[in-house]
Amino acid sequence: MSESAPLAITYREACKQALRQALVEDSRVFLMGEDIGRYGGCYAVTKGLLEEFGDERIRDAPLSESAFVGAGIGAAMTGMRPIIEIMTVNFSLLALDQIVNSAVTIPYMSGGQFAVPLVIRMATGGGRRVAAQHSHSLEGWYAHIPGLRVLTPATIDDARYMLLAALVEPNPTLIFEHVMLYNMEGVLTPGVTSVDIDHAAIRRPGRDVSLITYGGGLFKTLDAAETLAKEGIEAEVLDLRTLRPLDSDAILASVSKTRRCVIIDEAWRSGSISAEIGMRIVEGAFFELDAPLRRVCGREVPMPYAAHLEDACLPQRDAIVAAARDLVRPT
Amino acid sequence: MTEKVHLDHAHLLRILEAMIRIRRFEAKCVELYQAQKILGFLHLYDGEEAVSVGIMEALTPQDSIIATYREHGQALARGVDAGCLMAEMMGKLNGCCRGRGGSMHFFDRAHRFYGGNAIVGGGLPLALGVALSDELSKRAAVTACFFGEGAVDEGEFHETLNLAKLWRLPILFVCENNLYSMGTAVERAEADTDFVHKASGYRIEGERVDGMDVVAVESAARRAVERVRATSDPYFLECRTYRFRAHSMFDAQLYRSKEEIEAWRKKGPILRFQGWLESNHLIRPEEVQAIETKVEAEIAAAVVFAEAGALESVAEVERFVTMTEIPT
Repeated sequence: MSESAPLAITYREACKQALRQALVEDSRVFLMGEDIGRYGGCYAVTKGLLEEFGDERIRDAPLSESAFVGAGIGAAMTGMRPIIEIMTVNFSLLALDQIVNSAVTIPYMSGGQFAVPLVIRMATGGGRRVAAQHSHSLEGWYAHIPGLRVLTPATIDDARYMLLAALVEPNPTLIFEHVMLYNMEGVLTPGVTSVDIDHAAIRRPGRDVSLITYGGGLFKTLDAAETLAKEGIEAEVLDLRTLRPLDSDAILASVSKTRRCVIIDEAWRSGSISAEIGMRIVEGAFFELDAPLRRVCGREVPMPYAAHLEDACLPQRDAIVAAARDLVRPT
Repeated sequence: MTEKVHLDHAHLLRILEAMIRIRRFEAKCVELYQAQKILGFLHLYDGEEAVSVGIMEALTPQDSIIATYREHGQALARGVDAGCLMAEMMGKLNGCCRGRGGSMHFFDRAHRFYGGNAIVGGGLPLALGVALSDELSKRAAVTACFFGEGAVDEGEFHETLNLAKLWRLPILFVCENNLYSMGTAVERAEADTDFVHKASGYRIEGERVDGMDVVAVESAARRAVERVRATSDPYFLECRTYRFRAHSMFDAQLYRSKEEIEAWRKKGPILRFQGWLESNHLIRPEEVQAIETKVEAEIAAAVVFAEAGALESVAEVERFVTMTEIPT
């Protein structure tokens, strides 16, 4: 590490640096996915890697999500460390059979003879005006499945280092990169060369209310916390970072301290990870609560195209502020 | 290894024994199923033995196998121990998967046996990955991917064949066409019942072979495997076969006649091969008797091994849901 002032980089660049490091450090790593090579990746995360590493390791796949995810599973169980890119979470449904019926079941059904150390990256979330087939937040579904690890990097550091932690992990790991974060700029924390994927992180300490979120919800929530602070409400912002396994201890510790909680999740409310979090709080800290739990979730519609409609369907700062304020100072 | 089948005496006895072993193993499974010692689904391979025995003769221990949910035949023909398979059938700790897989999900790392697969077509993409892994690791090996003709209707078949050819992966696709996917006859499911022709749509070479003739299967498999090794291109074998029994133990077989089944039984792979050996004086009755005695003893020992096996502790039920390390 040089001593010069750290440079601001984008979330996209952080993801790319992570991929490059993985390719350099481990000859078993190869990338596979649609348009990741010559095109440079649909979100330009893999741009330039083909020239650097060649087409054996930066493997453009045809539009065959099930086949190339399955190929990743077969390669992972026989000694390789594939990193698969799926363009968006919506397309991952075409590979759902391979993820849920093969990647997850093979270690268990084989009685531990095989692990599937596979990493699948995909873009998730709304806000780019691309309507219902490219905008959904289905990471909570994947968090339902035992055997998967589900990561949702929100910060530049996490974008840079979660992939490397995932590659050490012996289990199939999904990394959800929120589409609205790719252009975000930030500075890598000096001295940080790795992150832990087992624990949630308090991004802003506070005493009055816990705001629990992840991924694309983090910066809206931090923004809401700033607004609340001007009103004298000190919100604690907890970034889950990993949706499976969920860091229940961190959730219960924060809520036990603040005694109030708003869960912010871009996904639909019914059957969501926010429901799971709420229930864990009820199970583990019901008597610590001074107010009912609240949620700010995505509206339960297929994502509309029109900008004003899409904005109305996503959790926004004002809704988070209103929910928190109402808990702390009920009207 | 050459593609020509050397039909020396020991070889003939070996392939006959291999088929009889599968048949007797499964007959014992039926008994144990009726005694409720084997539970769940039981999909028998009865009638299809020549396919896996013929194919395995063409493979080396370095090659890999991906199988289906009807994989007792492939596992036994590959040389996986009958005892650990029987114990797996009975859900025991000494089973090949510690009782977590059962009939449809045999795995055996030592034999590069990468699983029975109970999702039709689900194994095909895995074959791509295993072959890719061999190629990237510079291991010269062929991946034999078994699937039924029903899998041809799944998108994964088409995605996989396209990628196998595009990436030139050394995969032997073995389509076990037993003419019925559960109760749906092949002509009621396929716009084109010529599977070799379908594979040719992906520019994959192939041939159809009589899957009731173990010598024909072995011969075709040797040609196919030689070709895969020489060209590092995939190859497609359609083995026309027939299952004598129902799809599973729950199937009343309303979709086909007894006469049809009887007619196929007369063409059975063991009957046919043994009959051919006998009529050509290539085998003596006492040799057949010796094989049967040996196999019976082996299966009896497998049952004893399985019966004596402990049950996995319930406290271990979550073990291997998340792996703590990568096995080597």
